[in-house]
Amino acid sequence: MTPEIRPSAIARVNPVAKLAVALLISGALMLSIDWVSAAVALALEAVLLAWCGLSARQFWLRTAPVWIAVPFAVLTTVLYGKDSGAELFSAGIANVTEGSVSLALAIGLRILAIGIPGIVLLATTDPTDLGDGLAQVLRLPARFVLGALAGLRLVGMFIDDWHSLALARRARGVGDGGGLRSRARRFGGLAFALLVLSVRRGSKLATAMEARGFGSDVPRTWARESVFGVRDILVVILGAVIAAAAITAAVLAGTWHFVLA
Amino acid sequence: MTGARVTASGWGWRHAGRARPAVSGLDLDIRPGERVLVLGPSGAGKSTLMHALAGVLGDDEDGDETGELLVDGRRPSEARGRVGLVLQDPDSQVVLARVGDDVAFGCENLAVPRAEIWPRVGQALADVGLDLPLRHPTSALSGGQKQRLALAGVLAMRPGLVLLDEPTANLDPEGVVEVRDAVLRSVEASGATLIVIEHRVAVWQHVVDRIVVLDPAGGILADGPTDSVLSAEGERLAAAGVWIPRFPPSMPDRRGGSHDPGAEVLLSADDLAVGRVPFARKRAVVVAHGLNLAVQAGTATAITGPNGTGKSTLALTLAGLLAPAGGRLAAADALAGGLGSAPHAWRSRDLLARIGTVFQDPEHQFLAGTVRNELAIGPRALGLGGAEQTERVDELLHRLRLDHLADANPFTLSGGEKRRLSVATVLATRPRLLVLDEPTFGQDSRTWAELVRLLAELLDTGTAVLAVTHDEQFVTALADARLSLVPSTGPATGHCVTTSRVTAGLRASAGTDAS
Repeated sequence: MTPEIRPSAIARVNPVAKLAVALLISGALMLSIDWVSAAVALALEAVLLAWCGLSARQFWLRTAPVWIAVPFAVLTTVLYGKDSGAELFSAGIANVTEGSVSLALAIGLRILAIGIPGIVLLATTDPTDLGDGLAQVLRLPARFVLGALAGLRLVGMFIDDWHSLALARRARGVGDGGGLRSRARRFGGLAFALLVLSVRRGSKLATAMEARGFGSDVPRTWARESVFGVRDILVVILGAVIAAAAITAAVLAGTWHFVLA
Repeated sequence: MTGARVTASGWGWRHAGRARPAVSGLDLDIRPGERVLVLGPSGAGKSTLMHALAGVLGDDEDGDETGELLVDGRRPSEARGRVGLVLQDPDSQVVLARVGDDVAFGCENLAVPRAEIWPRVGQALADVGLDLPLRHPTSALSGGQKQRLALAGVLAMRPGLVLLDEPTANLDPEGVVEVRDAVLRSVEASGATLIVIEHRVAVWQHVVDRIVVLDPAGGILADGPTDSVLSAEGERLAAAGVWIPRFPPSMPDRRGGSHDPGAEVLLSADDLAVGRVPFARKRAVVVAHGLNLAVQAGTATAITGPNGTGKSTLALTLAGLLAPAGGRLAAADALAGGLGSAPHAWRSRDLLARIGTVFQDPEHQFLAGTVRNELAIGPRALGLGGAEQTERVDELLHRLRLDHLADANPFTLSGGEKRRLSVATVLATRPRLLVLDEPTFGQDSRTWAELVRLLAELLDTGTAVLAVTHDEQFVTALADARLSLVPSTGPATGHCVTTSRVTAGLRASAGTDAS
């Protein structure tokens, strides 16, 4: 489940700083829906991607969900989005207007500008390092952070378990056949079996963790120090600059449209 | 660091919601540095005792405690870090994603200063002989390595008492020796007290000082030096399912003496390659290739070889559950019965009366809420009538001593009962070929003997048996042929021995053991 993290400038940044950048940018972009702010943020992010250490293949593979989501969001907004301005095309309830096209553009760019930094953050961060950062830099409770971390390891076993369960069902004579309904029922049954298996695994893991002294009230130490240094502060500042640039550009261009106003 | 002293006086524990206590009236005094093997039939409360000593049994909500159980004069829950526990299942003890971090986990919880943690981690990994980089992913470890990792995590805490709850039950023979020797090396170095639970006495017999036998009725049945306890109680323990080297389980007789070379061939593999298709990929990654095999009616074939050589993948392929990754696998008409010759292309329902598969983990194949319904699933899928379904189910319930559990949930059964049920579910559809993956892993000697007897009966009625196994006794008792998978630099290759001479040899030794 742990992806291989290739050494890169961004991979060396404290995960908490990366998290802050992703939150700053998405926070700023959520305040308005307009194409200028999203386009500026996206362009500046694209420059930073050069330091993330992902190969082109890795990049496209990991960001694929975003690229798939964008056309759907754009298309539905173009057709069914709030209409304004000149009508360009109309058929039934689908109206394409200047307003709906620019709204679609704003939404499409927004999904990219928010989605890509999030994915790059995950792809260049080891979950254990993120846990260390959350517990030591942000002082989140150790019980919560380590519980999540240990649980994450179990997620990696889901795929194997799912496969075994499916094979076992085939061997028991209930692995195929029937219409859509029995297919759906089979899928439900498999999902439930996986849930049962995972809960049992989880409770065994909890015992094993407790047996190693986890979960007492005594403050624990951390074997890996999570350092939040000058470089990390600079990265957060860079994130703030990108967010500010996006907002400023939109305000100057006159496209800024505050959603809460 | 010195060993811890364990004292119990009139100690007992009843799990919440249970009528009977799991342990009662226990009196025990274990000196610092002593090495103790704890035995007893299943249900004698061995694991409960271990959990109690490790301080993970819980509080008043989880059960009722009587008497007193102390580690170095303190309650176990207050002796944090003094006690380390290694459990049976290698998979459920790995906490973190990297080897070094996982070993450090216990130290962190005990608030060991950072500068001291990493030397301890290095030392513990060296003690258990796990020579891997600290950043090595834990998901890439074998079962034996995972158990040694769990042990290292415990040793790094520098406990005065090391508890092992069947630490080798799920390991292959090499893994068993690996883990045992790692344990010995490390307790030798630290002087820690050692308490082990294990069904297979032979593994620990010569390295422990003392054996304590728990009585399921409460208290202790026998307690003393290894040899004297084994000679006084050996036979009784063997009858209760404990593996005692001097009292091996009885081997079944197989009718027909030597196997008939002219018996019908059911399934044949020709230069077969096997592998699995990884998640989100199209092509299988080959784990073994160049496999030649002919499975004849009424014969048993053992598939053996070290971990990671693709034995399970081969079994799943032969069982028609995975598609071959290369070469040819053909079912003869005697098995296919009118269907095509590629078992993996058959419908799920068509497999039932042809090839039955018993998985390594019985829990993977349970589908129903009661034992009775579990057994009825196969016959129902075959389209048998209600009367015939009931008849088959009742017969199997009786034959595998599951009558009294007919309405129990399969997941609540004991390990041995689960194994019997998983075999019974497959027998309910009377397949011509039975494929079993490690059928005897972690089984007590009583379940073992029952299983072997049942398979021998099936073989005599003409069913073919294919079993992946590490268990040499099992091979001796049943196998007519053996396919050994050998690791090579690339994927593994197989070597099949099926001459009648080898067969006779295998049977002959089975005969001597039984006498």
